[in-house]
Amino acid sequence: MTKIENHTLSSLRDALKNKDLSSTEATQAYLSRIENASSLNSFITLTADKALDMAKASDAKLTKGEGGDLEGIPLGIKDLFCTKDVLTTAGSHILDGFKPGYESSVTSNLFNDGAVMLGKLNLDEFAMGSSNETSFYGPVISPWRRNGDTTKITPGGSSGGSASAVSAALCAGATATDTGGSIRQPAAFTGTVGIKPTYGRCSRWGTVAFASSLDQAGPITRTVRDGAIMLKSMAGYDPKDSTSINQAVPDYEAVLGQSVKGLKIGIPKEYRIDGMPAKIEDLWSKGIEWLKDAGCEIVDISLPLTKYALPVYYIVAPAEASSNLARYDGVKYGFRADGDLPIDELYEQTRAQGFGDEVKRRIMIGTYVLSAGYYDAYYLRAQKVRKKIFDEFHDAFKAVDLILTPSAPSAAFGLGEKSGDPVSMYLNDIFTVTANLAGLPGMSVPAGLDEQGLPLGLQLIARPLDEETMLKGGYVLEKAANFKARPEDWWI
Amino acid sequence: MELRHIEPRHLLQGDTGDWEVIIGLEVHAQVSSESKLFSGAPATYGAGPNENVSLVDAAMPGMLPVINKYCVEQAVRTGLGLNAQIHLWSRFDRKNYFYPDLPQGYQISQFKDPIVGEGEIEVEVTPEDTITVGIERLHLEQDAGKSIHDISPSNSHVDLNRSGVALMEIVSKPEMRSADEAAAYFGKLRTIVRYLGTCDGNMDEGSMRADVNVSVRRPGGELGTRTETKNVNSLRYVRQVIDFEARRQIQVLENGGTIDQETLLFDVKTGETRTMRSKEDAHDYRYFPDPDLLPLVIEQSWVDEIKAGLPELPDVKKKRFSSEYGLSAYDASVLSMERDKADFFETVAKGRDGKLASNWVTTELFGALNKENLEIGQSPVSAGHLGKLIDLISDDTISGRIAKDVFEIMFETGDDPAKIVEERGLKQVTDTGAIEAAIDKIIADNPEQVAQVKEKPKTFGWFVGQVMKSTGGKANPKAVNEILKKKLGV
Repeated sequence: MTKIENHTLSSLRDALKNKDLSSTEATQAYLSRIENASSLNSFITLTADKALDMAKASDAKLTKGEGGDLEGIPLGIKDLFCTKDVLTTAGSHILDGFKPGYESSVTSNLFNDGAVMLGKLNLDEFAMGSSNETSFYGPVISPWRRNGDTTKITPGGSSGGSASAVSAALCAGATATDTGGSIRQPAAFTGTVGIKPTYGRCSRWGTVAFASSLDQAGPITRTVRDGAIMLKSMAGYDPKDSTSINQAVPDYEAVLGQSVKGLKIGIPKEYRIDGMPAKIEDLWSKGIEWLKDAGCEIVDISLPLTKYALPVYYIVAPAEASSNLARYDGVKYGFRADGDLPIDELYEQTRAQGFGDEVKRRIMIGTYVLSAGYYDAYYLRAQKVRKKIFDEFHDAFKAVDLILTPSAPSAAFGLGEKSGDPVSMYLNDIFTVTANLAGLPGMSVPAGLDEQGLPLGLQLIARPLDEETMLKGGYVLEKAANFKARPEDWWI
Repeated sequence: MELRHIEPRHLLQGDTGDWEVIIGLEVHAQVSSESKLFSGAPATYGAGPNENVSLVDAAMPGMLPVINKYCVEQAVRTGLGLNAQIHLWSRFDRKNYFYPDLPQGYQISQFKDPIVGEGEIEVEVTPEDTITVGIERLHLEQDAGKSIHDISPSNSHVDLNRSGVALMEIVSKPEMRSADEAAAYFGKLRTIVRYLGTCDGNMDEGSMRADVNVSVRRPGGELGTRTETKNVNSLRYVRQVIDFEARRQIQVLENGGTIDQETLLFDVKTGETRTMRSKEDAHDYRYFPDPDLLPLVIEQSWVDEIKAGLPELPDVKKKRFSSEYGLSAYDASVLSMERDKADFFETVAKGRDGKLASNWVTTELFGALNKENLEIGQSPVSAGHLGKLIDLISDDTISGRIAKDVFEIMFETGDDPAKIVEERGLKQVTDTGAIEAAIDKIIADNPEQVAQVKEKPKTFGWFVGQVMKSTGGKANPKAVNEILKKKLGV
């Protein structure tokens, strides 16, 4: 029997269908791996009993040859998705003790398809961060280490728990969310596949909001096929989310292996930034060769507004966040500051004690850019540039079918190496924020290791709602890269 | 800014000369809808504390607003009723501020791009004085919940039943010049929304309330600084606020002071306004488009459909009542003021003498209802029965005098007038033989009066009275008059 850590989501699916093992066995195996991996800190809450109950229910179906697409498959859920009666923290002190009475649409979709929830995965507080160091529950550690070095490495963020858990084979796949790169950057850092679908593909209902116009859920998985399977279950129109797209979800898995011959791949010169490690440049060139070998046509393109993407993002996202996070006031749920305080002080103390520094920083930036007298210069101007960035991509996609870039400007870094410098931390998102600003689907595929043995990823960006072409391309990259490296189970 | 020309009767006299009062109203009208603007929770009045609260209304994490199409339709209807421009593209913004009865920490409203733009309505201040008041805009927004401070000495309580209920904010242009005009405008808005059925207009329940903007200036001079008095919920209070504010501001200015741009509250006990917050404390609401909602785009064809389904509005009805039923301007105005009253009248008047119907409805029925403090909807006398009563008068079954008695019985019992007349034997005596016999007897019994009547024609009335008395009031007065005249030779 295949060891659980050697299963992909799709191989586990097949094994469950063939009754090679039961969901209960798979769930127990993952739970035991999770217990042994507590030093990675990838889970905030483990829901072992719930997982075993769900697995049992799945086994009942599987025995009868019934069940959904994900029947019996144990997943980790980023703790930004509200899960009914299960502590939901968003990685923040301010949601202390919060157990929603409702299930997010994305997790509902997964559970309707038979998925089993192992627990809630750690993340940067309110998904604000690129290293998972802003979590109230402490940083997540990547299972990857530099060659011959025991320095603790970040799995990236904000979906650090998801990336770490998938990479360490603590679950078959994980949900994640991506507001500026929070799926793709951690996937790149951990040698996993991360897919951020088109804005509106996955419902935002029941997912704790960071920046409403940018937030999008997606999977982090071992393989492109796993991602395609999970995305199909997560996605879908939801009348409860006004920004949800009312279009049928295709069978993403069905396109894998289809020819990419004749596809035009855009290579944007603006993504060749100063100071980018040579290894990343090399890998990007390799990616170009791999796609060329598969019959794609390579087209040099220019996206000159790229340089404005990060500044625009760091105006729009904090602006929305400053408003979205206003509801955490100590009045209704979660943490409330001690003392018999008048209302204004209750707000101040609750929010001062309940939010971490990065969240406070972004609330302040957001409040500032929306203030009377600054709105036009910051928020309004940023929205105008955002529209131009969208138009620029729209124009680019007249000439190309996909855009290929590196996923992140560096490999994973050590804990604490960037946490003192917000701007250098923000630069992690430089290649990924554009897709969020333009609402485009993007994915990161593991493509190689750097000199120190840490994973690097390549990013594909596609037209709105054209996840299928993106997945086809991603599958080709995955095959060509033949990325087999795995972290050792040093934490056990 | 377009401002009306100055009319001397609107000017207030101060110690240093005349002053003109400039008034604008922002009226909040609660949309009559089953559910809230962005959630499925009921919007009904009178539920127990926090019974009508959905996850969205309580701002639970991850909850998202979804626009209620019915509320949008009501805003469009109201816009059309205000003869206003309907914007096919509008957008919702967030108005950010912290308050316990605002669970989201922001109110979803329409700031830059409201659903309804400029319009205007005719307002009858007195039967002789009708003005046109411009509408600046109408937008949709969420109501907040309610903070309750008097349950416990140490804690405040919050009731979120109102949280998320749909409001229409109707903003007038600053085109009113007196308390009477403002009250008439507010009343007219109420009439219109009640006609349209878009708001129940119940001011006591807070379904309609006004923020009253008042400033004063020298006639035709520079506009003064305005104050805004929040949440005024009756016509009387609107008048009081304006009278008080105008006088207060004039006094301040005449004493060399300046008016602060303040937000005020009206104290109904003292009839005075007091500061709620000064300009320095004004919130920076940080408005920005709500990213949880797409722009609100509606089709012209839908607007046309809504327009085709609008009821006849009070101004048109009033004109029709005058021309179709020959009513005076005053009666037409009274009867068209409220849709249910107008409908009642029309049911009574259909196929009958309009003036007679109007008299019975406005004088007898409204009088009786007022006395008993009843609404038209609670009238014990149905329109059908009142019509029948008029028929009984018109076909001489009963006299007008008896009809009033019958009406009283109808009002008490709710009975059919025909039944009352039949059961109580109130049918008019039109049998001339019976009347003649009664007259003959009276003439025979009263020779002195008979002798006098030729010299003193005024005593003729005495004979009429005697005949009516002897017939129990049932004799047809016309027949009595004719026969008496003949017999007495007058």
